[in-house]
Amino acid sequence: MSKKHKMADEDYPTTGHEWDGIREYDKPMPRWWLWTFFATIIFSLAYVIAYPAVPLIKGATPGLLGYSSRAQLQRSLDSVALENAEIEQLLLATPLENIAKNPSLVRYASAGGGAVFRTYCAQCHGAGAQGATGYPNLQDDDWLWGGDLAALEQTIQHGIRSDADEDTRYSEMPKFGEFLEEAQIEQLVEYLRQISGQDYLAETSANAEVLFADNCAACHGQNGEGNHEQGAPNLKDALWLYGGDRDALRHSIANARFGVMPAWNTRITPAQIRQVTFYVHQLGGGE
Amino acid sequence: MSNDTAPQLFQAREPVFPQRVSGRFRRLKWSLLAITLGIYYATPWIRWDRGPNLPDQAVLIDLAHARFFFFWIEIWPHEFYFIAGLLIMAGLGLFLFTSALGRVWCGYACPQTVWTDLFLLIERWIEGDRNARIKLLRAKLSPRKIRLRLSKWAAWLVISVATGGAWVFYFADAPTLMHHLFTGQAALVAYGTIACLTATTFVFGGFLREQVCTYMCPWPRIQAAMMDEHSLTVAYRNWRGEPRGKMGKAEGDCIDCMACVNVCPQGIDIRDGQQVECITCALCIDACDAMMDKIGRPRGLIDYCALTDEPQERAGQAPKPLWAHVMRLRNFIYFGLWAGIGVGLVVALFVRSDFSVSITPDRNPRFVRLSDGGVRNAYDLKISNQTGDNRRFHISIKTDEALRVKLQGTDEMNITVPADQSLHQRVYIFAKPVYLASRTDSTPVRFWIEDINSGERQHVDSIFAGETK
Repeated sequence: MSKKHKMADEDYPTTGHEWDGIREYDKPMPRWWLWTFFATIIFSLAYVIAYPAVPLIKGATPGLLGYSSRAQLQRSLDSVALENAEIEQLLLATPLENIAKNPSLVRYASAGGGAVFRTYCAQCHGAGAQGATGYPNLQDDDWLWGGDLAALEQTIQHGIRSDADEDTRYSEMPKFGEFLEEAQIEQLVEYLRQISGQDYLAETSANAEVLFADNCAACHGQNGEGNHEQGAPNLKDALWLYGGDRDALRHSIANARFGVMPAWNTRITPAQIRQVTFYVHQLGGGE
Repeated sequence: MSNDTAPQLFQAREPVFPQRVSGRFRRLKWSLLAITLGIYYATPWIRWDRGPNLPDQAVLIDLAHARFFFFWIEIWPHEFYFIAGLLIMAGLGLFLFTSALGRVWCGYACPQTVWTDLFLLIERWIEGDRNARIKLLRAKLSPRKIRLRLSKWAAWLVISVATGGAWVFYFADAPTLMHHLFTGQAALVAYGTIACLTATTFVFGGFLREQVCTYMCPWPRIQAAMMDEHSLTVAYRNWRGEPRGKMGKAEGDCIDCMACVNVCPQGIDIRDGQQVECITCALCIDACDAMMDKIGRPRGLIDYCALTDEPQERAGQAPKPLWAHVMRLRNFIYFGLWAGIGVGLVVALFVRSDFSVSITPDRNPRFVRLSDGGVRNAYDLKISNQTGDNRRFHISIKTDEALRVKLQGTDEMNITVPADQSLHQRVYIFAKPVYLASRTDSTPVRFWIEDINSGERQHVDSIFAGETK
């Protein structure tokens, strides 16, 4: 209908506020706005009754619908597990070396393995698997106990020098400080620097070959090439877990060093072990 | 308002009963309504053959796969600048139209206006024209009133469902979704969206109508700031119309017939001057022109005018032609910006490649020292194949030294990227200890990615990180 029945603007009261001669009308709100306001109140009451709302000392009022965010999380975790059940079965049934042939397995294993790695392994081996002194770098091509898929899986399952696991990888280097003279150790230090391509004192290392063959070659190999069976490092290459400078070498020979890694088969599932095996293998150093 | 009555805090809506009107603006609005609604409802059903691996719907927003298809154009998420460009064009377009033609968007093209028009048309068909509807509102509840109301609401509801229904077809294959909607197989979100849009269409078009423009929409306020005295608006020539009165009894041309008020969908009186409620739908012009024809006075008592013309018109001179108000510097600048972005987008569309490449070097660690004393870097190479065919790419690098490159998991340097997919490939570059790159903090590397079949190739630049002692 026309505005003829309406009040003219001049007839409306103002709020009494004035800025620079500008005054504000005190006009009524539209009524639908009031209804909307009431509707929100009704909604909030219904919400309080239907959902957890009023905080109590332990938790909150449960609400008629029995909703809980924890239960919702559990449901979505369950549904993810259910969705992944099939590919997980496939992952466990596929021989390790064949995983790489199936693109969907590759995706599943490397993505899941990355998550497992960042959760359980990164504390020692670093977020990028680059390791640190005493903690092997898993990106490089130097492996103590072998870097093929089977060796990696074995290592992750049973750990290294892990007390709790009978099948753990085990070896122990003697503390040569107890058998050898200091001068002999110096000879070995220079010999190691020689075979690993670092600068060395030729006079000192000259007679160390026999010394090496007698004391070290049993585990580290005739030429110092290392032995995966013993977890004995390759001494000829450019990589040193505990450092290749003279002090570090001297310390390693005299006092022996060896790291410990827990067995993971009691902590994570076989599928997770497979995933992280594959993940580590595809980081670039896998054999 | 007298001081002894308590102020009214809330006010009921005053019902508006727009009367049927005919004229040139009404005809223009009917054709715009047919065109805009036609585009809206029909577009999802247009088919467009893109080959076996891609959808054959001409316009499709595929949220699940993050693809936007528009006829021959396919937009990937990394090409969002096209959408941003279109949004900027839409913004500038509104500036242009508002500056030149005032609230022309509100009056002719706004969905709120178009659907309200459609709902009013239904209302008139079922309940009759203005007087019949006023009578029906005042009438006591009777079987006839119930029948009329229910059939009107039913008709509105059908339109509303169709409106909400058409929306979801833009997001999935329309024929499949239509089938699934009827068999109950469609996703919950589809039904939810339809329900929401049905409710808003029904309530906004049927009941809220002009209140959406007056109370809810921010655009009238923004527009008020963008119009100037040259912008065209619908106005009443009060110097010609006043003093108004019955024909022959007053000097002005306005015979106070209320035709302009009766047809107004916003429920205002244009003779009170420019008001925030006015959407410049121009129906009052049609109504007034028809009345002026009847009483033998010239048309244009209510007309599209610009504010600057008022002094001349009052003085009895002819106003500037409307095009002269439209053709002014401000509008040319808006148009230039608008068209410039448009041309830029079209050029970008034609020069873009149909595959895209990006490379991210591993940052943690930046490099790996290997047992031979050399250094290895790893990169994440991403190739997006934006065509409907599987494509095979050859990867090579260009560096000053002969660094070795290898792909993870294969000894080849070729990889296949499936149709319409992105592929991540881990790439290694090795620097032997003799190479300077193994000892230099950062050495430039250029990756070349070449489509084996077409020979089309692209490069991306990255760096090789070495170990500085």
